[in-house]
Amino acid sequence: MKTVSPFLELEEKPRVGVTFEGERFELPEGENLAASLLAAGVRVFRRTPVSDAPRAPFCMMGACFDCLVEIDGVVRQACMIDVVDELEIVRPGAEAAKGTDDAAK
Amino acid sequence: MQRSDVVVIGAGPAGMAAAATAAGHGASVTVLDEQSRPGGQIYRDVDRAGPARAAILGRDYLHGARLSGELRAAGITHIDGAEVWAIEGQGRVSYTRRGCAAQIEAGRLILATGALERPMPVPGWTLPGVMTAGAGQILLKQSGVLARRAVLVGCGPLLYLVAAQMVRAGTPPVALIETQTRHDLTGAARHMGGALRGWRHLAKGLRLLAEIRRAGVPRYTGARGIEIEGTDRAQAVICQSGGKTHRIACDTVLLHHGVVPNTQAARSIGVRHRWDAAQHCFAPVLDTWGGAEGAEALIAGDGAGIGGAVVAELSGRIAALRAVEQLGRITEGERDRLAAPLLRARGRERAVRPFLDAAYPPFAEALAPADSTIICRCEEVTAGDIRGYARLGCLGPNQAKAFGRPGMGPCQGRYCGLSVTGLLAQANGQTPDETGYMRVRPPLKPVTLGALAQMDGTGDGAR
Amino acid sequence: MQADYAIIGGGVVGLSIAWGLLTRGKRVIVVDGGDGAFRASRGNFGLVWVQSKGMEQPRYARWSQQSAGIWAEFADTLGDETGHHAALEQKGGYDLHFSEETLQATARKYEALKAELGGDYPYDVLGHNALRKEEPHIGPKVVGAILHHQDGHVNPLRLLMALAAGVRQRGGVVLNGKTVTGVTKPDGFCVRCSDGAEVRAEKLILAAGLGAAALGPMLGFRAPVRPQRGQVLITEKLPKMINRPSLIARQVDEGGIQIGATNEEVGHDDGVTQPGLSGLAAEAIAAYPALARAQLVRSWGALRVLTPDGLPIYQESREMPGAFLVTCHSGITLAAAHARLLPDWLERTDAAPDLEVFSEDRFAVS
Repeated sequence: MKTVSPFLELEEKPRVGVTFEGERFELPEGENLAASLLAAGVRVFRRTPVSDAPRAPFCMMGACFDCLVEIDGVVRQACMIDVVDELEIVRPGAEAAKGTDDAAK
Repeated sequence: MQRSDVVVIGAGPAGMAAAATAAGHGASVTVLDEQSRPGGQIYRDVDRAGPARAAILGRDYLHGARLSGELRAAGITHIDGAEVWAIEGQGRVSYTRRGCAAQIEAGRLILATGALERPMPVPGWTLPGVMTAGAGQILLKQSGVLARRAVLVGCGPLLYLVAAQMVRAGTPPVALIETQTRHDLTGAARHMGGALRGWRHLAKGLRLLAEIRRAGVPRYTGARGIEIEGTDRAQAVICQSGGKTHRIACDTVLLHHGVVPNTQAARSIGVRHRWDAAQHCFAPVLDTWGGAEGAEALIAGDGAGIGGAVVAELSGRIAALRAVEQLGRITEGERDRLAAPLLRARGRERAVRPFLDAAYPPFAEALAPADSTIICRCEEVTAGDIRGYARLGCLGPNQAKAFGRPGMGPCQGRYCGLSVTGLLAQANGQTPDETGYMRVRPPLKPVTLGALAQMDGTGDGAR
Repeated sequence: MQADYAIIGGGVVGLSIAWGLLTRGKRVIVVDGGDGAFRASRGNFGLVWVQSKGMEQPRYARWSQQSAGIWAEFADTLGDETGHHAALEQKGGYDLHFSEETLQATARKYEALKAELGGDYPYDVLGHNALRKEEPHIGPKVVGAILHHQDGHVNPLRLLMALAAGVRQRGGVVLNGKTVTGVTKPDGFCVRCSDGAEVRAEKLILAAGLGAAALGPMLGFRAPVRPQRGQVLITEKLPKMINRPSLIARQVDEGGIQIGATNEEVGHDDGVTQPGLSGLAAEAIAAYPALARAQLVRSWGALRVLTPDGLPIYQESREMPGAFLVTCHSGITLAAAHARLLPDWLERTDAAPDLEVFSEDRFAVS
């Protein structure tokens, strides 16, 4: 998933470790999560529940909901979250689907 | 429940100015804003911009720091990260902050919810790598992040501004694909009249264009047939310009053809809206002060009709004067005396709008997309679907929602509402006013059931 | 005469009847309201429901069962001919209980009704553990449930769309955006609209939901219908977590969890309120604790169309024979009956269902 990022970061900042879909990323602490993931080379943030189409940040201002990610079981807009240490981020639905399977066993 | 004389929703230029003015007259003020730091989109994160970013973004942007400074005045409580999801009664506002719900009761409510990018549905616009030009600029303002290989597509002053800022940052765009024609610009000149401000705007635009030209950024004007190519991400933009078809490879596409008022909050409380033919969007029906028709609220800033940052700041101060007068803190006479210079300044600033509106009309193809183009990004409804609903007797967007779910996703119509109204109006031969708009209801932003349930009177769901 | 039937009201009730009449070869014109009209058809909970209905009137329980029994055939036929399938699922539904007392009391009532229905009332009482096997996400506060095997649910908006398409496909005419101002019967019926439009037909059906309160008396009906507000919530789309619907929550075919509903006597106010939303959210979390982390994306208030006793009205006008009033609060459950059985009653065939108990004579002032 990590590729050469299509984005350039102008400034260097202290970084903390987060995971996205199990993969570790060092992101600038306190910065916008969506922007930081983009700069780290994440291209596809989620797949739509309607057609499984790939999506990534579109508006960066909390209006479009295309940058949705799941943190602690809650689906939220990555563009409205600041990077903090040890964030565990997954694509929406991934955790819940796992939970249902476990519970059904 | 918390209570404030004045509750302002939004901490952009209008909201910050309104808060400062109201507090300056002794009112207790609470500003609810969903961002982590004040500024709105135009002055996003202005307090944290270092010298490098400041040099790229320019003087107009740095003006925001003066306003955010005013926000720190006594009497103002700025609640950041507050997502407002319901407004009820005379001004009871429900919001969520860090996952917890809370309520505040407003003596007077000022909505300063700003603008959204006008939806620009073209084939491929849902692909990763496609963003609004505003988003591209937010990446720069807030995070110092820039697209290395971007194509800017559309029209309007913001497109040139973003391009020039990218040039200054050392990552010029791969190309500018411009949808306006020379005719749009020459036709617009007649709106300039004697307004000096119009010429100033034009001069500013020409300076930006010169910067872009010096950087050798190719421009394709009068572009048509715009499509974004790619499977899992944007890889190229196709367009026709100058009688030829062009394919421009890129990693990022930044779309823009104007901004429109964000009317979600105002609509949710029943404010009457009217179609503004010049700006191709709905705007709330307001009096001079921003007093809304149909609900107890004042509206200021771009949410009241697109006017730009300077108009927004003035409108915020004007609305606040009305609010403190209604609260009995100043007399009508004082209000009028204090407002007079602000109203004059606003009038001068607004004089340039007819020129800008005419010079940069929305991209016609995006107002009437091909049948296969997705217009509702959340529910993946196409323009052809909407036309099909019209054939099934669908006269307005609420029936369209029932038939095919446009506007039912989490964005709640923010990026398809105008498209749905426009397509139905075209198909049924009606005006946008006759066609109407989606009914906006709480929650204005999604809220977890857990946060909602915390507010339940019994505190225990097992009733 | 333009048509055999004019139907005032283009919601699920009106269109179901229209489609049913069209399948019998009748000519039908439907006169429908505008985009902003009160529409239970757009706001309902989507249940095809039998249990708890007709506790005091077994004929209503039977009528609901009859409709539920032919719903699959109705949905398949309509779906096949229009390409719009209503996503019907009939594998039972729950009445969830948070107390042993209410569970047992309800079971006793069901047992009595079952006897009156000759034993045709298939349900089971599930304790918490049995329920948990069926619904792994059920919460500890739920002591048990009644699982009624004749219950189910559909996507009511797809049904509405299928009916809108099916009626047109079969040659029915639907006039949208109309406001009916009056009906006269010089020689057949003439329906007049505010924009000057006129519709002439041999017979007339008033299926205008809450609109019947104003239009009914012009046609000689009492039409004692009133609005009752139900606030409804729907979450973001989630992976499958609820197998069968209940009156508290159901997972719709697109993935969202729909949560209902309040019962509020607030006139024609179809708004939503924070206390209403919070109460519903709390109840849903009590039933399914995992829902605490789900995002609410939409909510709405819809107005139920209720008669004083909650039962439907099927009535032919005495003042204007040939005019019929049809109103009910379960337009989704009864859609199949309205499409397949009601035409026999309207046409007075030998197969006409006995709907005598649903006459509005029952509301005669004594």
